Amino acid sequence: MKVHFILNGKAVEAEGRPTDRLLDVLRHVFHLTGAKEGCGEGECGACTVLLDGRTVLSCLVPLIQVDGRSVITVEGLAATEKGHAYLERFALKGGTQCGACTPGIVLSGAHLLQEHPHPSHREVAHALAGNICRCTGYQAIQRALSEEPEAVLDSTLLPAADAEREDGS
Amino acid sequence: MNPASGLPRTVDEALLRLQERPDTVALAGCTDWMVRDRLARADAPPVIDLLAIEELHGIEEIATPPSEAKRPAGADADPTTPPPLLRIGATTTFGEIRVDRRVVEGYPILAEVASQIGSRQIQNRATLGGNLVNASPAGDSLPVLLALAAEVEIASPDGRRRIPYDAFHLGYRETALGPGELLTAVLLPPPPPHQAFRKVGTRAAVAISKVMVAMAAHSRQGRWSSMRIAAGSVAPVPMRLRAAEKVCEGAPIDVETATEAAEAAWGEVEPIDDVRSTARYRRWALSRVVRRLLLEM
Repeated sequence: MKVHFILNGKAVEAEGRPTDRLLDVLRHVFHLTGAKEGCGEGECGACTVLLDGRTVLSCLVPLIQVDGRSVITVEGLAATEKGHAYLERFALKGGTQCGACTPGIVLSGAHLLQEHPHPSHREVAHALAGNICRCTGYQAIQRALSEEPEAVLDSTLLPAADAEREDGS
Repeated sequence: MNPASGLPRTVDEALLRLQERPDTVALAGCTDWMVRDRLARADAPPVIDLLAIEELHGIEEIATPPSEAKRPAGADADPTTPPPLLRIGATTTFGEIRVDRRVVEGYPILAEVASQIGSRQIQNRATLGGNLVNASPAGDSLPVLLALAAEVEIASPDGRRRIPYDAFHLGYRETALGPGELLTAVLLPPPPPHQAFRKVGTRAAVAISKVMVAMAAHSRQGRWSSMRIAAGSVAPVPMRLRAAEKVCEGAPIDVETATEAAEAAWGEVEPIDDVRSTARYRRWALSRVVRRLLLEM
């Protein structure tokens, strides 16, 4: 089947079987390799992306359910000014080590900051419960997210309804 | 019908598709299906996407038809207007349930379980209907819906019907859903004033449960009434702890009742040893959790 969706703010189309994984489509069709396959079972969070502005595991999303929706990967986040600055601060605060979990963690963090601009320790812990860091760098990651000043998702990346709310309209 | 893909956009279109091609898989949040079944199917089964069907999604209050209005003993609301039911569409996600004001205020144990299922990423996809139809003995929301005396709405080519959720699970991963039928919604009766839930897992988050207990009750003059206690992960299906409920019915709200109910719960389950826990631990934990929740509730 052919599906049409918004990928990192741009309209795209992809052809595949309805049950193909979004993760494979991102990596092999669009060559966006930020989302990683860790466990392939929805436990590790390395393949986290935003679907219609919410964190999901791209290894568990079949292509059929992407039609007409918006997908944001770490590459899309990094391509915006706000997102790039966020990733730089995150790295400077030691929030990343080997990097395997980082794309998923920064997207979980971006979604959290969208909902809670000044997250508590507990809110950060809940938001990251599904992202496993093999280097056990959790404390630095916690700190990096707790000190983020504001929402980091650029409104151009968000689905229209959310972007409107962003603009205060 | 979606003109581009030819995929159903209404429940009736979906039912028709299931009739035409009985091997069609109806997909919802896919958090189990993509792991468990996708790789087992080399044949790429025909699928339909229930998430694209608007009428299956969302939470709303609906009026109870007067003939069906049942009032719990002791409630003293105006008898002329039956209280509304909360209707939760089958494809409503746990992420949506977790933050819904009506759920948080009226059915806090449902909001609590929704926030403890998997991770945020899972909650953003997994649906209430999917949890029920998947029918895992460890499905977290199942005992909660039993405690809340939920009903489920089922659509079939012959029409819609409502059955008590008590009658939905028939055996291990076997439900009352017939071939070609769809679960369309869960209906919750007015909130009971006392509710409690506890999940026992390996970690505080993202753990498959070893034991779950959910309970809901009314009270009158210091005594329990309409007590419903349900447990998960201790039998092939989520189950009511009827012996423990019986101990509580009309009994004083005190530590003796809680202890006696915990002993009754111990005696009425036959859990198994598996990769997540042992029968011995499960029975012990279940009994302790029943006692503790009765004291906290």
